[in-house]
Amino acid sequence: MSQNNILLQVNDLRAGIEGKEILKGINLTVREGEVHAIMGPNGSGKSTLSGVLAGDPRFTVNGGSALFNGKELLSLSPEDRSHEGLFLSFQYPVEIPGVSMVNFMRAAVNAKRKYLGEEPMSASDFLKLMRQKRALVELDNKLASRSVNEGFSGGEKKRNEIFQMAVLQPRLAILDETDSGLDIDALRIVAGGVNKLKTDKNATIVITHYQRLLDYIKPDVVHILYKGRIVHTGGPELALELEEKGYDWIKEQVDGN
Amino acid sequence: METNASKKSAQGRCADALTQYRVLLAQYGAVVAQHTARSIAGVRHEAATELLANSNLSLCDTDKAENHYADLNVMFAPDLGVNINRLPITTEAQSLFRCGVPALSSLIGVTVNDTFHPTDRLVRLLPEGVTVTAFSKASSADEEVIRRHYGKAAGNINDNAALALNTALAQDGVLVHVSAGVKVDKPIQLINILRNMTAPDGTALPALAVRRLLVVLERGANLDLMVCDHDMSQDTPSASLRVTEIYLDTDSSLNLCELEESSAGTSRHVMTFARQNDNSRLSVFAGSLKPSRTRNDFTVNLNRPGASVDLNGMAILDGNRIADNCTTVLHNSEHCHSDQAFKYLVNDAAKGAFHGLIRVAEGAIGTSAYQSNRNIIGGADAVMHSQPQLEIYCDDVKCSHGSATGQLDENALFYMRSRGIDLPEARSMLMNAFMADVLEKVNPEQLRDRLRHLVERRLSGADEQCGACTGC
Repeated sequence: MSQNNILLQVNDLRAGIEGKEILKGINLTVREGEVHAIMGPNGSGKSTLSGVLAGDPRFTVNGGSALFNGKELLSLSPEDRSHEGLFLSFQYPVEIPGVSMVNFMRAAVNAKRKYLGEEPMSASDFLKLMRQKRALVELDNKLASRSVNEGFSGGEKKRNEIFQMAVLQPRLAILDETDSGLDIDALRIVAGGVNKLKTDKNATIVITHYQRLLDYIKPDVVHILYKGRIVHTGGPELALELEEKGYDWIKEQVDGN
Repeated sequence: METNASKKSAQGRCADALTQYRVLLAQYGAVVAQHTARSIAGVRHEAATELLANSNLSLCDTDKAENHYADLNVMFAPDLGVNINRLPITTEAQSLFRCGVPALSSLIGVTVNDTFHPTDRLVRLLPEGVTVTAFSKASSADEEVIRRHYGKAAGNINDNAALALNTALAQDGVLVHVSAGVKVDKPIQLINILRNMTAPDGTALPALAVRRLLVVLERGANLDLMVCDHDMSQDTPSASLRVTEIYLDTDSSLNLCELEESSAGTSRHVMTFARQNDNSRLSVFAGSLKPSRTRNDFTVNLNRPGASVDLNGMAILDGNRIADNCTTVLHNSEHCHSDQAFKYLVNDAAKGAFHGLIRVAEGAIGTSAYQSNRNIIGGADAVMHSQPQLEIYCDDVKCSHGSATGQLDENALFYMRSRGIDLPEARSMLMNAFMADVLEKVNPEQLRDRLRHLVERRLSGADEQCGACTGC
């Protein structure tokens, strides 16, 4: 596996919000074909990490680098990060009243094609694509004509995220707490969608509190994030250990030092 | 924003823009009278006399000037030429108006400054029982209609200087009359074009177009009417001052859609007055698609039981554009309904104002009256003033009003950008979404898609001319 090309190389990434430093030097290497899980207690910086990588303007980067596919991610606009193949599945997908799912996705698809120097997709090809990808996460056709995420149930919102991921076909997907708010059936559908999208050329970072999601999306590498640093990296067994022992032993180990 | 103190002191040394028009009327009153359509001559003469005699009439020193960004005294202060001799400004209105013409309506009349030119199709295709004519060309029966209604909805000019000015200077106008029971199935479109004038030596002079529109729907009549204000005075910014009077008799129904697209520097003031009888229905959409400095005043009198009005509007403001909408909805009778929604997008250093008054008279039981004003501010120098007012002198009414001003949702913008949609497009999509519900209120229905498209194009920055006209 280690021969695979490096997709994302994060070095000493420091970032924060409103003057408060949250990420205190993150190092992370993700290769093609890998699934990484990032776990950690509340407030450890998991969502900050995903937000900073995706370019959320609320966060300030204080140092470090994040090479994605050979390009410095941190100097790209959020839209160009998307075009380069980064995808963030939001913990709290945003409702956008008045913007229909269809228009939203058409704008997204055609923006990427424009970036790649391609013509806009024809209406019939686009509809075919939508139909095909919706099936992947069993998303109701009716949702397409509704405003983005407006009035969607928790499960529909998360399935909608994976649907968008399926349409945009990212090289690297970051799933931020995708399991939160999902019942077991929805979890299975969402995880199934993610697994179907997996190839040996793309990679996934799964950010989660619980081991539960990792029963469905099998990680190759598990990291533990605590107080803005990755304090432990291991194989899938690390997630099981956390499930069994909680985070206290990590806290003791780190805070004790 | 100006402070009240600086405003007050500015008023203290205010030079009334009316003065120049008083001088004009005093010197050339006979010329103005000579070229006035006979059906409105009496009303005009009275107004001119009043304007000259009543020194309380002033465009500057009124309490109403507070927080009106479209300051009438500034708008009408320049040395604007009034075409009192009714000289033809252009012989070819149609060739001037090069915009691609609207598939939506085949019934078009064009007014260049204050002269009405019906198109051949309008003359040919107008259904029986419907008149669209210049006052000066009206048949004697139509002159009767004009005499019966002209100046009635607008009412007293004593406390409205702009109305007095318009009435004293208006020499002609357009009558739209629909006979009892006639339901006009095609929309009628009136296009107003503002042109500068030309001096004998060929130099361009800014013009003041003084316009009147009188819409009379008899019992049970239906009409869809579109009015587009377009401007071709780019290099010599001009001004227009219009009064629209609407009379809706029992069970009649009027959809009125107004659109404005002006070039920078143009001033426009439109006062719309409506009188409504039993169960009549009025729907207004005031679309300031691209105003320069504009003020719309709406006064709706719900005079008889069961009358209803839907009064909606939008303003898309960028650069230094200014739009004021002032609504006065008077529930003078029982079981009337009114609903108002105005939305503004205010970017850059633009300014918007909304003044909305609902007044429910004593005895107007069963009234339902609603008003909402929502605005998005998109610039550090952009300003929005919102002033909703309710005056209720009756129990047993349902009334509400609300006002909210905010910014585009940052979370939504990031969400869209994270999916690859660039910031300008994301902003444009959110602004379109913001306007979506008020555009749903546009009547007639077949105009909605056109308008939606125009708004989309406007917000995407595609800055073609003639957009508003093609939308009509």
